[in-house]
Amino acid sequence: MTVQQPPSGRAAVRNPAYRSAAPGVTTGTPVGVQSRAMSTLPDTVAPPAVATAVSTQRLTKRYGEHLAVDAVSLTVRRGEVYGFLGPNGAGKTTTMRMLLGLVRPTSGTATVLGRRPGAPAASRRTGALVEGPGFYPYLSGRDNLRVLARYRGLGDGEVERALGRVDLAARGRDRFRSYSLGMKQRLGVAAALLGEPELLILDEPTNGLDPAGVSDMRRLVADLAAAGQTVLLSSHQLSEVQEVCDRVGVISRGRLVTEAAVSELRGGGHLLVRADPVDVAVAVGRRLGGADAVSVVDRAVQLRFDPGRAAEVTRALVAAGADVHEIRPFERSLEEVFFEMTAPEEAPR
Amino acid sequence: MTTPTAVQPLMASVRGEVLRLRRWPALWVMLGVFLLLNLTFGYLFPYLSYRSGGGTFGSEGIPVETLLADVMPAAVPDAVIQGMPMFGGALMLTLGALAAGSGYGWGTWKTVFTQGPGRLTAVGGTLVALAGAVVALVVAAFVVDLGVASLLATVEGQAIAWPAVGDVGRALGGGVLILGMWTLAGVAVGTLARGPALAVGLGLVWVLVVENLLRGVATLLDWLQPVADVFPGTAVGSIAGAVGATPASGSDGTPGVVTTLAGGTAVAVTLAYMAAFVLVTGLLVRRRDVI
Repeated sequence: MTVQQPPSGRAAVRNPAYRSAAPGVTTGTPVGVQSRAMSTLPDTVAPPAVATAVSTQRLTKRYGEHLAVDAVSLTVRRGEVYGFLGPNGAGKTTTMRMLLGLVRPTSGTATVLGRRPGAPAASRRTGALVEGPGFYPYLSGRDNLRVLARYRGLGDGEVERALGRVDLAARGRDRFRSYSLGMKQRLGVAAALLGEPELLILDEPTNGLDPAGVSDMRRLVADLAAAGQTVLLSSHQLSEVQEVCDRVGVISRGRLVTEAAVSELRGGGHLLVRADPVDVAVAVGRRLGGADAVSVVDRAVQLRFDPGRAAEVTRALVAAGADVHEIRPFERSLEEVFFEMTAPEEAPR
Repeated sequence: MTTPTAVQPLMASVRGEVLRLRRWPALWVMLGVFLLLNLTFGYLFPYLSYRSGGGTFGSEGIPVETLLADVMPAAVPDAVIQGMPMFGGALMLTLGALAAGSGYGWGTWKTVFTQGPGRLTAVGGTLVALAGAVVALVVAAFVVDLGVASLLATVEGQAIAWPAVGDVGRALGGGVLILGMWTLAGVAVGTLARGPALAVGLGLVWVLVVENLLRGVATLLDWLQPVADVFPGTAVGSIAGAVGATPASGSDGTPGVVTTLAGGTAVAVTLAYMAAFVLVTGLLVRRRDVI
């Protein structure tokens, strides 16, 4: 991919993508929303820089016998929101630390904004929050950001802007020590926002936030993306990733299990059928779509069919003598996909 | 954001570090305690001894004229530097260990190392900022001591004789070397331990106990003597001795002050320690993973 969209175009395209990816709403397939939009853009808008913000090649970190990160090869495109998903201890944070140059990989390579991780030219253009915010406890929130602004060669105006964006301006004078968990987290995000970096690496940014805070954070990430900033965020809160991310990488026990668009991962349209008797419905499903296309979850039959075949399926069920209570289009939640992929016995190797 | 040269990131780091150190209560406590101890041992106790006619506070057998001369302006260079090898070293080692080690517990090194300036540049900023604090402390101690000595001279109706410029220069330079070396030692052990507690604890045991014990043992063991002669405490104690502070072996000597090494040698050994501590800190910071 060598084409990058202008921010305004991206914003216009992105928002419908969120809605279409929201749970329970099926407005056709959002697969490739971004690439479709990109293909309509003339080549002249392509910047000379690479279209990849972050890429890793078989990135590996071994702690003694334990493989924390095992040959992870992932790609974050410029301007996208990339969700890094996985259970606790899967290797998300270690991977992010390697991307920031804090941890040296055992093997493999990574490129961040075209540079080696941790190179000053990459760090200056990257904002990060990794594994909880690290601030001077005796300084106020504002002074903490001022210290970091000095390091970045930024003015204090930038500090006020960042505080405002995370709603901390009113508490900026209080010591960091006195902050609640959620406020500490928000200050960490504010620090990452200093200087409007091209790339944001946010490790569990909603950790410790209340529901309103989570919703604010989601909006913030959407705004960042709309402004053309690339966001790599890790999470185990699937609903959050589902709504805000363009693509996700799923990591389990150190290995990248899959990397795909959210919509792709969820598999687009399915049909959900509640009918009695269940075995008759299963038999009809198998006859119409093959054994692989049918699964039963909680007495509901899931058919991996195009939802457009609902009428045909209903007719077949009735003809087979089944009572049809419900038939509707259905998308798997990311959570189901996630559990399926990270389940120990099913994880593809 | 301008394209930085090699100097700009260092200056940015220095500005960041100066801001966070300036607002750090621990820094002011350390500097304040140093000044307080300096006044107490350099002026309060000698003056009280003098007023009570000698014979108290461990100053038996010292002529009262000497006690008075010690607190007069001409003796300020000695007064400034005499406490540095002992409590000055302990305080500055603590400061250095806190400044470098706390960041690992707070997670602030992790934050700082991802801001743009490289790791060595960022830690270089800390060292420059601490160097500023050391110089400021030495100058402040000199100014305070000079003020107190002038006051006492006035109270006692003595003619004010100012210290020689050369003595003042040697005392200030020696002071910066002594406190600077211990600060760097603190930074090195704080970095090594990745936390202040162990670093401060072990560092103080070394400064206050182990070195003195080994120096004592070295008088009995021939092979240990040359090693003990180049201990960091011996080197900076020799600087204080060379500047003019009375060695601990003397009648009203100050603990920590020695005359084991000649002035030039002492300075060279101290500079070598400073370079070694910077090198160790730099290597550790550059090579290790930051968690």
